[in-house]
Amino acid sequence: MPQTPNATVPLIDVRGLSFARDDRPVFGPLHFHVERGEALLVQGGNGAGKTTLLRVLAGLLDGERGHVSLDGAPAGPAARAGRLAYLGHLPGLKADLSALENLEYLCGLLGRRPSLELEEALAIVGLAGYEDAAARTLSAGQRKRLSLARMWLSPAPLWLLDEPYANLDLPGIELVNRMVRAHLDEGGGALVTTHGAYAAPPVRTRLLELDDGAAA
Amino acid sequence: MNGSPAMPTLGSAARALVRRDLRLLWRRRGDALQPALFAILVVVLFALAMGSERELLARAAPGVLWVAVLLSGLLALDTLFRGDAEDGSLEQWRLAPVPLAWLVLVRTLMHWLTTAAPLLLAVPLLAELLYLPRPLWPVMLLALGLGTPLLSLLGAVVSALTVGMRRAGVLLALLALPLYVPVLVFGAGSVAQAAQGHDPAGGLLLLGAGLLLALVLAPVAAATAIRIAAQ
Repeated sequence: MPQTPNATVPLIDVRGLSFARDDRPVFGPLHFHVERGEALLVQGGNGAGKTTLLRVLAGLLDGERGHVSLDGAPAGPAARAGRLAYLGHLPGLKADLSALENLEYLCGLLGRRPSLELEEALAIVGLAGYEDAAARTLSAGQRKRLSLARMWLSPAPLWLLDEPYANLDLPGIELVNRMVRAHLDEGGGALVTTHGAYAAPPVRTRLLELDDGAAA
Repeated sequence: MNGSPAMPTLGSAARALVRRDLRLLWRRRGDALQPALFAILVVVLFALAMGSERELLARAAPGVLWVAVLLSGLLALDTLFRGDAEDGSLEQWRLAPVPLAWLVLVRTLMHWLTTAAPLLLAVPLLAELLYLPRPLWPVMLLALGLGTPLLSLLGAVVSALTVGMRRAGVLLALLALPLYVPVLVFGAGSVAQAAQGHDPAGGLLLLGAGLLLALVLAPVAAATAIRIAAQ
């Protein structure tokens, strides 16, 4: 098992994880772990269970079998607090609030890195000048970028990115890859789902292939 | 920019939520007055329909006021968690490092403050329309002051139970009404007691006890319901 010098315990360690909906298996049993400075690319077609896997890991879905540990501690509300940041299909943005107000609210709820200003994060994701634009006036891609700014501000070491490339243009895809690489360089880890149409971030990556309930 | 801490505490998470709700309220301030307008409408129509018999109106006033307040609360109930469920905010609440029940409590109290509190301000006007005797006003306001947060908290549980459904309007009302009836009985009853010269303390104390119980239990129940609804 390869290990990075600064950490001996993997960020997330999954053993025998499986999930069934109405007695119909969705995925698993899966075995994998993600260490600091490492990204796991979860690939699979539509309906292969990529989103379900991420939601189970984030604690949004209950009823899984198997063992998940975060930083060596069994996954539970206390272990997850501040360790996970989740980017899902629903961004959690309020349409009537401006980009900056949305970011301020979400960071107030989820925590943020004190070293970075909200405006800087907006500039990094290419939303400089849109601080006061209501979220309803932003395009789907711009809303995705706003969610990426939230991830970038998050203090959590493990990112769960569900289809981060969806709705993004080519510079946006490049932005996601750059952000993942920078996050990994700082000792974080990431799980990234994709249905395989996009290039993977150029980092130490392992691949988890989900295929209609069977894992490779 | 204010430097919010890396890990949100109960206080800072609540502040973030309160600021958001106040901003949203300001952006859609027309919607915020709807419950109060609805209650005023009901009372005015009732007063018009009953004619100008002072005694009859004064006798019916506590009941009419309570029903108007209760129905307007029911009208606003669907907005409590629906918007947050549809845009994914509830997901982020669940991922926040503070208990979901705490966020539910803050959201419910904000909802009460923005829908029921304006109504309380309109109560003197409504009471005047119905010829409710002035000496009964303090009892009426106290009963509503204890009863409306209780209605909001009970409503939060029902609203959370139905948050997973697309169209929950009628079901919401059917589930909420049985829970609302005791509040209505003790609330309107205490005012009626006072009107007959009796001590209204019994009904008010029961409302207060119910409110304390709901403050502790309702957020936990609503949080559990939200978790189940999202499965």
